[in-house]
Amino acid sequence: MNDNPQTAVQMPVPGAPPAAIGVENLECRYGDTVVLSGVSFAVQEGELFFVIGGSGCGKSTLLRHLIGLMKPARGSVSYFGENFTEAGFVARRDLLKTFGVLYQNAALWTSMTLGENVALPLEQYTTLDRRERDEIVSLKLAQVGLAGYEDYFPSELSGGMRKRAGLARALALDPRIVFLDEPSAGLDPVTSRKLDDLVLQIRRTLGTTMVIVSHELASIFALADRVIMLDHEARGIIAEGRPRELAAANDDPRVREFLTRGEEKA
Amino acid sequence: MTAMPLSARADAIPEGDGLVVTLGGDWRITKPLPVWRTVCGNQKAGAVRIRVDGLERWDSSLVRFVYEMRCWCRGANASCDMAALPEPVRRLVGQLEEAQDKRLASDHSRNVFTTVGLAATDLWRQTREFANFVGECTLSAIGLIRRPGRFRWRDCFSEMQQCGAMAVPIVSLSSFLVGLTLAYTGALILRQFGGDIWVADIVGLSTLREMGAVMTGVVVAGRTGAAFAAQLGNMKAGEEIDALETLGIAPVDFLVLPRLVALTLMTPLLTMYANCLGIFGGMVVSASVLSIPPNAYWIETQSIIDLSDVSVSLIKSVVFGMLIAVAGCLRGLQAERSAAGVGRAATSAVVTSILLLIVADAVFAVLFNVLGL
Repeated sequence: MNDNPQTAVQMPVPGAPPAAIGVENLECRYGDTVVLSGVSFAVQEGELFFVIGGSGCGKSTLLRHLIGLMKPARGSVSYFGENFTEAGFVARRDLLKTFGVLYQNAALWTSMTLGENVALPLEQYTTLDRRERDEIVSLKLAQVGLAGYEDYFPSELSGGMRKRAGLARALALDPRIVFLDEPSAGLDPVTSRKLDDLVLQIRRTLGTTMVIVSHELASIFALADRVIMLDHEARGIIAEGRPRELAAANDDPRVREFLTRGEEKA
Repeated sequence: MTAMPLSARADAIPEGDGLVVTLGGDWRITKPLPVWRTVCGNQKAGAVRIRVDGLERWDSSLVRFVYEMRCWCRGANASCDMAALPEPVRRLVGQLEEAQDKRLASDHSRNVFTTVGLAATDLWRQTREFANFVGECTLSAIGLIRRPGRFRWRDCFSEMQQCGAMAVPIVSLSSFLVGLTLAYTGALILRQFGGDIWVADIVGLSTLREMGAVMTGVVVAGRTGAAFAAQLGNMKAGEEIDALETLGIAPVDFLVLPRLVALTLMTPLLTMYANCLGIFGGMVVSASVLSIPPNAYWIETQSIIDLSDVSVSLIKSVVFGMLIAVAGCLRGLQAERSAAGVGRAATSAVVTSILLLIVADAVFAVLFNVLGL
């Protein structure tokens, strides 16, 4: 464990492939309010990486900067060595295909069926004909355990099913990276566990890099290869490493308290 | 085999009475891909064996290609050996085959009889809901008279400002222009008989008895009716209405009544203002085009309109205000819990308001004729 996590960027080894995601010295602001500052980290290809922290620490803000919904005040985000922050229109469009996003409320388009939801990215970015698209849609829905639900509208599904459909849409273009924003939010523990299993299964089958924003301890301990912990007061990363190691032996009481739900204190 | 293949490769080469399909390269769904029909051509085979040679990255596109190949094999009664493929690819092909057989029926298309039947029951349901809602509003209004202290006066004043004062510019413009248009149209005929001065009669009467209230109603329906529906629809989507109900607060008392009172009070004021501006519009045309001095125009206007015309305008505008508020709030409370639902509620509120407004106007025309007003 690095004692100074702010500088805990993994330095590129000469000749090694670039990291799946590289974040350097990122500063996130809302107007004049600095939410995060000096944030640097790298996510390796195939890694299951968690961004954790208490409410209001800037997890979702960081995610919005990573996926390009907000522009950083300073610093850069790169995917496989290509700068995303400074990318021009065409390069940015290409980089957007590199990742898929599962939003907190699944964000399925309610006026479209599940099949149409998953097919839209395929229509936009591939030259597949209708039959071929339908087959890919079937495969994606089958991968998330929703085989046969092509003609259902999001409003006809339960919360867990909507999340899985959102994941199917995020996987539509077989992205190399998938971002998941609070995947367990609003789900019961059993459904939440099933979603965790699904995430593991997808990583095993496709080798997809997963970045998960969460504060669900069960998911963090079950899935994470590595985590970074953000803190509201520090406005940045206060810890980075494997969750079990951080919970057992981190110097920072805030980190131990978070990962043990404060039970260690008692 | 090249060390770094640029894109996906697939070849089918005959071997005995079978085919050997060699797959390799980089299979990316967003890149150009081989098509099985082209790869296979017109070849026939009793058995197909897949060979993997230099397969780099792969994704769903490879899975789909193998699936299509297997469909072809089934059609041609050929066996298909995919042992050489990576295990995840075989698993996904299996999943895709299973999924294709498992499509659940969720038929949203209906025949004409079902559609007509559903539309009829829907119309009946909507009528009942509207009647129920009017009843609820009436009970709520009686409650207000009994306990005026519990009424949300602050919300009501804020709505009055929104739907009254803030609507003044658009009402000014529309009513002035309508008065102006009426004067021009009237002058076209009246000039032929040398009766230019009667333009004042036409503008005054038609503005007061008809155009002032109707035009204000249309503007208010488009502006405020839609806003009510969107606000309430959004609140419903965000479970705010549910939160009120679980607290034991009736949404009609809390949300609808302040809006209903505000619009019922403000529409007549806006209408009176619109009437004045309409007459002023006619006066401007008369003075500038027909050379009728403003004082002569005013005296002629006073001679033709009386208090009954003003009361007609007032009665209509009060009812129009109520109808628009009820339609807007009802559509908002009926909205589906989604962004599209809120949009539909706003559109539906405007359509319902204007339809009710025209029906009410026709009823008033008959009623006032019978009453001799």
